[in-house]
Amino acid sequence: MKIAIPLDENKKDVCVTFGRAPYFLFSEDGKTEILENPAAQSQGGAGIQAAQFLTDQHTDVLITVRCGQNAADVFQTAGIKIYKAEGTDAAENLSAMAEEKLAELTHFHAGFQGIR
Amino acid sequence: MKIAVLSGKGGAGKTLVAVNLASAAGRAVYVDCDVEEPNGRLFWKPDDVKEKTVSTLLPTFDKDRCTGCRACVKFCRFHALIYIKEIPQVFSEVCHSCGGCAMVCPEKAISQVKKPVGHVEQGYHGETRVVTGVLNLGEASGVPVIHAALDAVKRAEEPVIVDCPPGSACSAMESISDADYCVLVAEPTAFGFHNFRMVHELVTLLGKPCGVVINKQDAPYAPLEDFCREKNLPILERIPYSPEYARLIADGKILSEENAEARDLFRDLLNKIGGNVG
Repeated sequence: MKIAIPLDENKKDVCVTFGRAPYFLFSEDGKTEILENPAAQSQGGAGIQAAQFLTDQHTDVLITVRCGQNAADVFQTAGIKIYKAEGTDAAENLSAMAEEKLAELTHFHAGFQGIR
Repeated sequence: MKIAVLSGKGGAGKTLVAVNLASAAGRAVYVDCDVEEPNGRLFWKPDDVKEKTVSTLLPTFDKDRCTGCRACVKFCRFHALIYIKEIPQVFSEVCHSCGGCAMVCPEKAISQVKKPVGHVEQGYHGETRVVTGVLNLGEASGVPVIHAALDAVKRAEEPVIVDCPPGSACSAMESISDADYCVLVAEPTAFGFHNFRMVHELVTLLGKPCGVVINKQDAPYAPLEDFCREKNLPILERIPYSPEYARLIADGKILSEENAEARDLFRDLLNKIGGNVG
């Protein structure tokens, strides 16, 4: 199972936004990898572009603080599950996920339309 | 001559000024570009209304032809397309209908289908032609409907009065694109002044000549007066904060048709603007 988490500049904390997070942490079978988010500087449609990136990386689960409706639509079509991040530390969220302590994210915002 | 009426803030009096300017002009065209809530027609109650649908284009994808090269997804600078489950999909509210995806598709797997987003109504109130853009509920962008409404009056020989949407974003920009003169309606309040400065910046950027109408004035608002003086902005009219006007407007009446003082004010405004357009 491949898990993705949006990361802050410090490559350690969960980024509060999804589409424009600078990095994504990918974790699969105990191995982790940090990749730049190609949508981070996008003028518009960042959520959609980031969702495409995660889909192309064959992600199974996303752990995030929040997520826009467009990206959520992509994840639903792709069968990617979304869980709500707790606290700030990404590694702790991976542990919490393994212990099945995270809840599924069910509320999505309408998107920021390029407003930061 | 095309005169655009805008304000930034909603409820400042754009529709009041636009409707009464057109009424004072007599043979004129009134265009409601406030397509999310076009309410000029509540005053005009136009006769003989004809409707024309406004559509935008949306791409559709032929699964049999698509090879998954993603040329379309990479091309779309708005990121309206996504490639998922071996077929591209479009987010209709993000798509700008440019048609570029269909052009770059090497397999000709993309065709454009029309998607209705609103309509344009045209009718008459006496000598005034009343054109109203109406955006469908839930649509994200009014620009295509505004474009269609303005297109309908492109060849008008009478004076055209454009009732703009509030704000200073894309839809306001589109509405003043053809304008020879901009009337900025301002409320003498801190909020009104703030948004007034935003539309002033917009018309200045676009190089449009403009003047100010202060609406609902009981006492002058000093920051607004100072700003107009500093920027050499003519204050064309001051519409008083009048219970009589409020009552007539709430009854859906056109002030210029009901009240001699108001008629004189809007005729004077029209004359002043006429002298400013060159």
